[in-house]
Amino acid sequence: MKSEFVQRFISRAALAFGLAAAPVALAADNITGAGATFPYPIYSKWAEAYKAKTGIGMNYQSIGSGGGIKQIIAKTVDFGASDAPMQAEELEKNGLIQFPMVIGGVVPVYNIEGIKPGALRLTGQVLADIYLGKITKWNAPAIAALNKGVKLPDQDITVVARSDGSGTTFIFTNYLSKISAEWKDKAGNNTSVKWPAGISGKGNEGVAAYVQRLPGSIGYVEYAYAIQNKMSYALLQNSGGVFVGPDDKTFKAAAANAQWEKTPGFYQILTEQPGKDSWPITGATFILMHKKQDKPENAVIALKFFDWAYESGDKMALDLDYIPMPDNVVKLVKAEWKKIQDASGKPVY
Amino acid sequence: MPPRDAAVIAPSFGIGGQTTYNKRPMPAKRLPWMDSFFKNLTRFSAFFVFSILAAILVSLAFHSQLTLSKFGFGFLFDPEWNPVTQEFGALVPIYGTLVSSAIAMIIGIPVSFGIALFLTELSPVWLKRPLGTAIEMLAAIPSIIYGMWGLFVFAPIFAEYVQPALVKSFGSLPIIGMLFKGPAMGIGMLTAGIILAIMVIPFITAVMRDVFELVPPLLKESAYGLGATTWEVVWKVVLPYTKIGVVGGIMLGLGRALGETMAVTFVIGNAHRLSTSLLAPGNSIASSLANEFTEAVGDMHSSALIELGLILFLITTIVLALSKLLLLQLAKQEGRQT
Repeated sequence: MKSEFVQRFISRAALAFGLAAAPVALAADNITGAGATFPYPIYSKWAEAYKAKTGIGMNYQSIGSGGGIKQIIAKTVDFGASDAPMQAEELEKNGLIQFPMVIGGVVPVYNIEGIKPGALRLTGQVLADIYLGKITKWNAPAIAALNKGVKLPDQDITVVARSDGSGTTFIFTNYLSKISAEWKDKAGNNTSVKWPAGISGKGNEGVAAYVQRLPGSIGYVEYAYAIQNKMSYALLQNSGGVFVGPDDKTFKAAAANAQWEKTPGFYQILTEQPGKDSWPITGATFILMHKKQDKPENAVIALKFFDWAYESGDKMALDLDYIPMPDNVVKLVKAEWKKIQDASGKPVY
Repeated sequence: MPPRDAAVIAPSFGIGGQTTYNKRPMPAKRLPWMDSFFKNLTRFSAFFVFSILAAILVSLAFHSQLTLSKFGFGFLFDPEWNPVTQEFGALVPIYGTLVSSAIAMIIGIPVSFGIALFLTELSPVWLKRPLGTAIEMLAAIPSIIYGMWGLFVFAPIFAEYVQPALVKSFGSLPIIGMLFKGPAMGIGMLTAGIILAIMVIPFITAVMRDVFELVPPLLKESAYGLGATTWEVVWKVVLPYTKIGVVGGIMLGLGRALGETMAVTFVIGNAHRLSTSLLAPGNSIASSLANEFTEAVGDMHSSALIELGLILFLITTIVLALSKLLLLQLAKQEGRQT
């Protein structure tokens, strides 16, 4: 009996050890990345499809853009991801390159009784004044002038912002700073700012929960999130003077009008882009990688994955309400990849 | 060494001279070094915990050097928190932490006392068990559930019915009015305090009930025999006998309230603004950390957040020290009275 027990024990231990060892063996062929939460759904969908095709998996930790930047600088991951692009001199200092991966937009969402989705029109200036706490009622003259024929209630505006630092906030405050000098002066542009008014919720879901629950509230969330949760979004006046709604066409227009080739390190924030069809609060999300690769073979695997995502991932991106990068930008990105080199200075891919 | 549960069959003689076979453990071999080994093991464990505590304190202080040296003591009294200009002060989160915990205690202590009293003195016997278990189950609910419940269920009801009534009845009073001003959003300091109260009640209640049950029946029955009412028995016999345990239970609850993160983050409104109104959104230390740590950009922001952690650490230490002092004071008075 005793020997039987011992036998069973050994076989079980071997099984357990085998299970524990298996992922370690696989990990060698895996891509590791960390960073922004905004592109997490599409990155994981791409990873799943890519794994089914090639057997190479990707392990992406959506810990936030700030965390992604820290991790890639510390070289604990193959690539970092950030919604806010790094300045060219910052990139240079840390020996990194960055390239845009996918485009998304930020949309103002509201909860006003009796006003249908897409029926509210706002300008950047009005939006900034609402977030500054200067316009406090929905029937204020500045809003009423933009919405003739819409019956606006005599209701307090509850301003909802993001409490956690996020790329969404970076894009949104970047837009407000471009439009309003007062916003730039009082709050500024960052992944988290000192909000002059209102309350804040954690994550897109926190903002959405507050907006859906508080009558008379306005907030901002990622486009994909607003669509999937069927939230009422406002139309915004773009720099061409046209009121546009957020959708893939207006995001694409904003991306196409941006002059990527003229900005070193793809430092391009797609807010308030020229053009009659551009959605004014658009932004790309970025991948960060080291120029000098200690482990060139890992970089090659990662770049192969990104190459595949650019070529065959568009449909998946659109399904999840992200906008794929335009082809001319992809070409520029692939040229930029030549800067990723091994120890001898040869491009790895 | 033989396995612990190995038993030998030894004959023994039961009552009536019958020979029965009982399982009796084999006498353990005495190992003289065991005593000192065990002593050292326990000592090591005790000091290990202490050294972890010290290490946490040191690393918190080390990583917050940047803001410690830049802002100094002013950090504690500065209401500014601006990641863009890199100016940080802890007044708003400290205020929010203390006020929300104070609200929780003001509501939680009397309610817990009442529940514990009912369970030990007044409740019919058949009700004691189910009620006690129900209260203990409250303690097992994860805090995020309280947060979600607070945001989706409690806050709307609170905004619709309670807050307008509060503003109407107290809003115009001279000093108290300052506490109840502003639009009824259902989210803010008061909501956070109430949710915290619900969360600490099971902890305080459980401790109070356990210590109340330790009061020797002889004492209570003597008091009843002398014609004391239930209230007099509780106030003059039960409470004085159990005060150390009662204070301990309250401190346990306060500790939880001070450090609670997720539930507070959901309902406090997360606004770095100082407001006298309890209905206005605020922020607590723990929820600031939960919100901002992952995306803290720049060393100054991280350092400020770590310093917030250090402050929370010190606040809980001070609270514990004060409770010990309180107990000492109580013990002294005891000596004088008798």
